[in-house]
Amino acid sequence: MYPREFEYIAPSDLDEALAALDANPGAKVLAGGMSLLPMMKMRLLSPDAVVDIGRIAGLDQISDNGDSISIGALVTHAEVAASDLVMEHGAALATAASWTGDRQVRNRGTCCGSLVHADVAADQPVAALALAATMVAVSSSGTREIAAADFFVDTMMSALEPNEILTEVRIPKAGPGTASAYDKLGRRGGHTDYAVAGVAASVTRSNGSISAATVAVTGVGSKPVLVGEVADALVGSDGSEAAVEAAAAHATCGIEVLEDLYGSVAYKTHLAQVFTARAVNAALSAAG
Amino acid sequence: MKVSMSVNGKQVSGDAEPRTLLVHFLRDTLGLTGTHVGCESSYCGACTISLDGKAVLSCTMLAAQADGADITTVEGLASNGELHPVQEGFWERHGLQCGFCTPGMIMSAVTLLEENPEPSEDEIRQGIEGNLCRCTGYHNIVRAIEYAGAKMRGEEPAPAEWENA
Ligand SMILES: Cc1cc2nc3c(=O)[nH]c(=O)nc-3n(C[C@H](O)[C@H](O)[C@H](O)COP(=O)(O)OP(=O)(O)OC[C@H]3O[C@@H](n4cnc5c(N)ncnc54)[C@H](O)[C@@H]3O)c2cc1C
Ligand code: FES
Ligand code: FES
Repeated sequence: MYPREFEYIAPSDLDEALAALDANPGAKVLAGGMSLLPMMKMRLLSPDAVVDIGRIAGLDQISDNGDSISIGALVTHAEVAASDLVMEHGAALATAASWTGDRQVRNRGTCCGSLVHADVAADQPVAALALAATMVAVSSSGTREIAAADFFVDTMMSALEPNEILTEVRIPKAGPGTASAYDKLGRRGGHTDYAVAGVAASVTRSNGSISAATVAVTGVGSKPVLVGEVADALVGSDGSEAAVEAAAAHATCGIEVLEDLYGSVAYKTHLAQVFTARAVNAALSAAG
Repeated sequence: MKVSMSVNGKQVSGDAEPRTLLVHFLRDTLGLTGTHVGCESSYCGACTISLDGKAVLSCTMLAAQADGADITTVEGLASNGELHPVQEGFWERHGLQCGFCTPGMIMSAVTLLEENPEPSEDEIRQGIEGNLCRCTGYHNIVRAIEYAGAKMRGEEPAPAEWENA
């Protein structure tokens, strides 16, 4: 099983890569290859050219920008999972990374690649949504920043243009009383494999009540989404078990839950509620 | 195109199409058939090799992506006719039956022990979650990796469960 023939372009700097994308309109960016290569092998996708960004220097760093942290395009799931900086400011993303695929997949697959790939059941997009991440997209005509909330357009479709490279995802630092968490049921049970249902939550506690919350759900609908109704129900509450339970009842508000191989609509709706409560409770206890 | 890499300590190069998968380059071009092809679709781990010290799936990588890399396959483990402790563990603790998963399982175990020289049973099981075995039920594979870990730390491995049984 191997892909159709294509031209392989391995630029050593970003400008060269952007020029290659401009010159080859049907080209695909290759990062970790953990989603692109399986699709090309199954011939679901047969690009004329592949632009391998794996040799571009400077994209493999997790950096501290003062008020935010950045995860570069070549940072792998394994590196995200092992990063103290990500753990401190985006625990939901660190946890999502540690539960992505298996060790081999985490050693090659990248955080940014996951975001661009935008699988309906992927782990990283909901963490990016809950953490209010910003995507930094670069093309030959310049740089634009896209809020996570505007990035996930539809099933396997992000807001990135074909000639753009996502060079980094930026996460605002967590202020006092703010913490995030992720929980999921994986397709192979436990936390393994794509999410049958997965929920990322970020909460801020001040003076005994919840002053801010964001909750995002993956796996159950056609794309990862923020569920405003859960957040609205949490804000102003005391974060008690009953309050969280009541908020979690809204977990699939505005989502058309889809039946698939892994569960019925009723089952996936139930899971979304259960994991919303678990993720919110975990975030609340981390927020102190 | 021409690709060059270090495989089991030797500098090698060969012709590859852009679409040539690393596993086929290893097996067909270099003749190193120790690395197995199981599912060829990223799920079974039979094709696992060590690339720059990390366990990766050679069926889900282009040979071109590995240009310049430092690769170890199962053939590169034994030295001077002596089995690597992980190979010895699989032998001593019956970590294989048909053997199809074994090269990938061993490379997964080798890289795991390099990263974490004293893994708990749980960490071993998590560490080989990307390697499927249709025969053993994993039990003796875990014992084999524990045996290897002990050997590599210079400790006496725990006796086999069937001894004194
Ligand atoms: C066995 C297996 C199990 C998996 N399990 C999970 C799981 O449990 N949870 C989960 O969320 N995911 C899972 N995945 C997917 C994995 O997380 C991939 O790593 C990820 O989806 C894609 O990242 P990549 O770096 O491999 O991207 P690639 O495969 O290289 O690219 C994916 C897509 O994104 C584009 N792209 C990548 N990077 C950029 C960039 N910087 N700029 C512009 N475009 C870019 C490519 O053109 C392509 O369209 C699994 C994959 C496998 C093979
Ligand atoms: S052959 Fe590579 S994962 Fe199965
Ligand atoms: S020993 Fe047969 S598949 Fe593992």
